[in-house]
Amino acid sequence: MGNVGAKEIPRLLTAEGRRIDGRRLDELRPISMKVGPLTRADGSAFVEWGDNKVMAAVYGPREVHPRHLMQTQKAIIQCRYNMAAFSVDERKRPGQDRRSQEISKVITEAFESVVFTEEFPKTSIDIYIEVLQANAGTRCAGLVAASLALADAGIPMADLVASVAVGKVGGRIALDLKKEEDNFGEADMPLALVPQSGRLVLTQMEGHMTRDELREALDLGTKGCREIYERMRQALRDKYDVTSAAPLQEAAA
Amino acid sequence: MSEAVAAEIQTTHIIDLARTGHRLDGRGIDEWRPVTVEPGFVKSADGSAMVHIGDTAVLCGVKLEIGKPFPDTPNAGVLTTNAELIALSSPTFEPGPPQPEAIELSRVVDRSIRAAETIDLTKLCVSPSEKCWTCYVDIHCLDHSGNLIDAAQLAALGALTHSTVPAKRFEVGEHDYPLEVSHFPIECTFVRLGDKIVADPTFEEETAGQGRLTVATDETGHLVAMQKGKVGAFSPDEIIETVERAFRHGDRLRNIVRGA
Amino acid sequence: MGNGHGPRHRGRDRGERPPRSEPKVLVLPGDEIPHRGLQPGFGTYRVGKRVFASVMGYVTWREPFVRIVPFAGRYVPKPHDVIVGIVQDVQKTFYLLDIDASRWAPLHTSGTPWEPGPGELDQYLRIGDAVLVAVENLDATGKIGVTMKGEDLGKLTGGTILTISPAKIPRVIGKGGSMIHTITHLTGTRVAVGQNGRIWVEGTPGGIQRVRDVLRIIEEEGQRPGLTERIEGYLQMTGPTDETGPQAPGDPSADRTEPHRTNEPPPLSFPEQGGGSSRIQIPEQETDEGEEPWET
Repeated sequence: MGNVGAKEIPRLLTAEGRRIDGRRLDELRPISMKVGPLTRADGSAFVEWGDNKVMAAVYGPREVHPRHLMQTQKAIIQCRYNMAAFSVDERKRPGQDRRSQEISKVITEAFESVVFTEEFPKTSIDIYIEVLQANAGTRCAGLVAASLALADAGIPMADLVASVAVGKVGGRIALDLKKEEDNFGEADMPLALVPQSGRLVLTQMEGHMTRDELREALDLGTKGCREIYERMRQALRDKYDVTSAAPLQEAAA
Repeated sequence: MSEAVAAEIQTTHIIDLARTGHRLDGRGIDEWRPVTVEPGFVKSADGSAMVHIGDTAVLCGVKLEIGKPFPDTPNAGVLTTNAELIALSSPTFEPGPPQPEAIELSRVVDRSIRAAETIDLTKLCVSPSEKCWTCYVDIHCLDHSGNLIDAAQLAALGALTHSTVPAKRFEVGEHDYPLEVSHFPIECTFVRLGDKIVADPTFEEETAGQGRLTVATDETGHLVAMQKGKVGAFSPDEIIETVERAFRHGDRLRNIVRGA
Repeated sequence: MGNGHGPRHRGRDRGERPPRSEPKVLVLPGDEIPHRGLQPGFGTYRVGKRVFASVMGYVTWREPFVRIVPFAGRYVPKPHDVIVGIVQDVQKTFYLLDIDASRWAPLHTSGTPWEPGPGELDQYLRIGDAVLVAVENLDATGKIGVTMKGEDLGKLTGGTILTISPAKIPRVIGKGGSMIHTITHLTGTRVAVGQNGRIWVEGTPGGIQRVRDVLRIIEEEGQRPGLTERIEGYLQMTGPTDETGPQAPGDPSADRTEPHRTNEPPPLSFPEQGGGSSRIQIPEQETDEGEEPWET
């Protein structure tokens, strides 16, 4: 938003409602998910979403380091979102900047809403999200990857967390902004949904929106999350090649 | 996050097995795991390569920016190598500033690239004492299943070999052009397991290892860098023999990088 | 099993099993599970009267619990489980063991056959030593108490430790111990199976290597039928029981010449069974899952 000094603001929306990459307003970028690509982690996932490439790994529950962070009643979740130096156009200095720390914090809190941390007192569940290539929506891609990695690690949780950003481009509410839309659009709102409860465990927003637009954006974002959720479920099933297993409905007594 | 200490009987078993000429994963003493080099993995970099050696995975991205030459080398560009042993890649790594292990890795990779004159740094000078290219080689370890040094070095060489100098973007030229790579150094790492010196160690073998030796060779038949690591020692004869093995493996791995 | 076959009585013979015709049902975290009037067990949670899965795995309905057999996750200790631990730290009155659970487990000297004075514990066990212990108690804070007092428990010397997911351990043991007997017999090895997915194996390097291969087959194909036949086929194909190791051609050093650390007495006796022997707890009934349901 408000990219000062930009040479030229690209045209974000055609008269026919097509976006800069030809998508409709409610259309996601191409997305692929692979569960379990890493061998050392307890759980892992790699997500390619538009031009984002994000790897997530989960370790734990395990002994807490440093020990003073230990909680006697539950596991702590320690999430670290990090961008590789080469993941953005201008090289990013390695290490945690303020943005990374904030994102790590809100993602940690999103997962604390769903993970049954009280089952593992005095332990730590460590989530590492590495952005290898960034093109808007990295925290959403990171959340999706981390959610898959948690499931892959067998960590008990109420539901998978699905995530997508909505925003406003060319005066219209649009799903899953890419970089140009994020930079030159009017608003950006990353969301993370617990589909089963219908509640949002991550909500951030920056830009300008009316109340009516917010309502529309929340609707569209929730719908987008549910679409992502189905893709996540398929990715988990694919890892175990469980074509022989019965669908749940048939098991109903 | 400190990972659990391996059982001593496991490390003893690895050494016993090596004595009979065998390894846990069925490889021979001088055999490598499968190696793949995938250039262009990251579009946001000016050059990149994802390298797998067995389960070990390392991604390297190269970025070129306009900077200022160092005062003592006014006619040369700058090459900087940095390795991140991110906590994602191993239960033994902790988040935070680079630990000695990561710094050693950066420096050992950097040494082979620099000593072999992989990149002719004078060609990265744009205007003496004023303007030059700074070439950042950033190494991101994703899965530490042993022999990170060789995977990191292959990834660095692979990324440099497939890099583009973004002259147009930085307004110092009409067109972007391929980064010129003059030499192709390859690092090969070995660890001692009892009386055997095994190539391309896994994580378990590194843990059991009684000394590690890394040897970098180039395509002109020269030795360009070495590093002995871990507790343990090698005789001069063992070093000479290991260097011969490094030359043989180097030729093969070089073809994988250049053909990628 | 289940409602289609009438009520199950809990007192039926242990060896008798309900028919296995019911297809496996896969669930993901957040899936609602028909609970069939059973209580929520491992891997599930309750919201009002509804039951949901909290982990990925297969559902089993067996009185009194509906529970999930998970595809992944750390070892979840249960009382009386025999497990393999590795000493990580030696304190004044106890050892800390890594047991591949979410926490390290303390082994107090009172749970050992030794009576060391304070600070003398490292005369008996050191960091990196492997031990066969039993889970004694679990408290609400997640502390896992283990003991070395019990038949066949003690320090493990020689051999090595192989690993497999804890969920696959019942497959490794097999019906009435049939699978593990097949494995030890055909590889000439001795084993101690830990419920935490760690298996101590002693034998020739070649024998151990073949056990490793078998575990990999079980890890990868444990879900499919006909596992025992496939394993037997593999082991018979790969060689006799009396081979001395994977010999490099013309390598006379292949014979193992170094004894194990001889300053330590063999800690345990092994019942001999044909070519191999095993030190395991045979479950009272063969299962696909762990026994003790674990309430969430």
